[in-house]
Amino acid sequence: MFPELNNLLNTSPDSVEQGTLTLLCDAGTDGSFLVHHFLSFYLKANCKVCFVALVQSFSHYNVVGQKLGVSLTSARERGQLVFLEGLKSSVDVVLRAEAEPHPLGFLREAGAGNLQPLYEFVREALEPVDCREAAWRSPVLLVDDLSVLLGLGVGAVAVLDFIHYCRATVCCSLQGSIVALVHDSGDAEDEESDVLLNGLSHQSHLILRAEGLATGFCRDVHGQLRILWRRPSPPTAARRDRSLTFQYKIQDKSVSFFARGMSPAVL
Amino acid sequence: MNSPPLSLGAGQQVMTPSKGVGERKIRRLEMLESVLALGGLVLLRDSVEWEGRSLLKALIKKSALRGEQVHVLGCEVSEEEFREGFDSSINSQLVYHDLFRDPLNWSKTGEALPGGPLGVLRAMCSRTGPGPVTIALDSLSWLLLHLPCTTVCQTLHALSHQDSRPGDSSPVEHVHVLGLLHGELHGPGPMGTLSALARTEVTLSGTRSQASAHILYRRPQQRPTHETHWFSILSDFGVDLQGVSPLKSQPHPDPLTPPVDPTTHLTFNLHLSKKEKEAKDSLTLPFQFSSEKQQALLCRGLGQATSHIFYEPDAYDDLDQEDPDDDLDI
Repeated sequence: MFPELNNLLNTSPDSVEQGTLTLLCDAGTDGSFLVHHFLSFYLKANCKVCFVALVQSFSHYNVVGQKLGVSLTSARERGQLVFLEGLKSSVDVVLRAEAEPHPLGFLREAGAGNLQPLYEFVREALEPVDCREAAWRSPVLLVDDLSVLLGLGVGAVAVLDFIHYCRATVCCSLQGSIVALVHDSGDAEDEESDVLLNGLSHQSHLILRAEGLATGFCRDVHGQLRILWRRPSPPTAARRDRSLTFQYKIQDKSVSFFARGMSPAVL
Repeated sequence: MNSPPLSLGAGQQVMTPSKGVGERKIRRLEMLESVLALGGLVLLRDSVEWEGRSLLKALIKKSALRGEQVHVLGCEVSEEEFREGFDSSINSQLVYHDLFRDPLNWSKTGEALPGGPLGVLRAMCSRTGPGPVTIALDSLSWLLLHLPCTTVCQTLHALSHQDSRPGDSSPVEHVHVLGLLHGELHGPGPMGTLSALARTEVTLSGTRSQASAHILYRRPQQRPTHETHWFSILSDFGVDLQGVSPLKSQPHPDPLTPPVDPTTHLTFNLHLSKKEKEAKDSLTLPFQFSSEKQQALLCRGLGQATSHIFYEPDAYDDLDQEDPDDDLDI
């Protein structure tokens, strides 16, 4: 969790916003630091987290989590974290007997129809079962990242439907939140990726867009983060600026944010 | 908060002195009224940056205050979220067809709408209730992503033209179909088809914190007119209007693509300078007959006698010794 980012977004682990979809988007840079931020943020906030990790292994997220002060292993043992390790279970899907349903069952299907099994997995993971679960605050779904699904042969509309159902269940019924990462390929010819990014943007309440610098690599400024509040609901006057842009530098255990051109290395 | 002024007729607006708060109220009436004035399909094109759902809700509030029944086909937000911000009198006039909770029947609870989205729309088509009705589609983009474009367009056409059905007893009855469309999600094909169906087209954009709506009206048997409004949506879904550009009647091609001057990248001159014009005039064209030409033609024999052809074969020239016409039996 990066306290500076919390300040920018006006949140803290004590006051978690509910019923929102936050879209993380990276273009020309790696936005995974945002995923690590939200993972540690919600674990610290005592939320029940379902993490659909399709990009890295559990131990990778665990190591980064430990740097940020959370232990994924113990969270998983406590039952706070439900971790779907895409890298490992995708092999299981291919090798195991056909009859058993699996969240990533679409990998076996030729047509790569829909993501209903994955949605069922999320719903079962986050639905409160008994009073023991009541110890956790609102449920949270975290996905890293949705673009991988496109690469696995799922259509953009199927991914949008998956998020749609997750919103209906997690955000509306259970009053939780969803955070999902998606890549912006910047390729106008890649229509599926465009439809996915724009469709998700239209569904989301908050968009964090990490972009590489247009001028190329820089040692002291790693990129810029654009924050866009899409549905600040009525009180627009209080939040006049619907969008803010900052530059950031990723450090060992934190990320520092500063106004554009105001890097400490420049001044 | 302002139901009495909202029910004013268009004639009364002109009479009111335009000053201060009064002026603002009149303008507010004008924008929403003018969008709804033509009836038929109203297309609201929004973008990620400038979302159009608040304007859709402002239009719905407007219709509800005029006493119309409002049907909402909700595909993108939950019923609670959509009804948020409306007061109870408006909510009571609003029928929400919930396609958000289970559009693809994954839950198998039986709560899914019978016949899917098209079934709901067809049911709206065959409604028999009296009075004008407003149908809001939130959103057309969802429908277009899940159904073929032609089916959506046919259903929309049937919906927005049901007042002119032969069996209908009251032909003046108005049907408003408000369709929210996310601009980035669709290619030019479906967008063009839907614009052709729409009588009024609103495109949302803006600068910094100021939203603007570009409105294109297509009145039957008239040239399309367009105007731009600068506005902000209040928390009770009233519209605070900050400015209007004058109504223009020349057909505006497409607000998204700037008009291209066809004369910018020509490979030739369209106009001649004075010097060039003189040079052009002094030129004798090949078909013009003149005395010099006559002389040249008369002295032709002289020229012919002195002309020679010099030919020097190239080193690598392939000189064929054989007669090429040998096989011809002449």
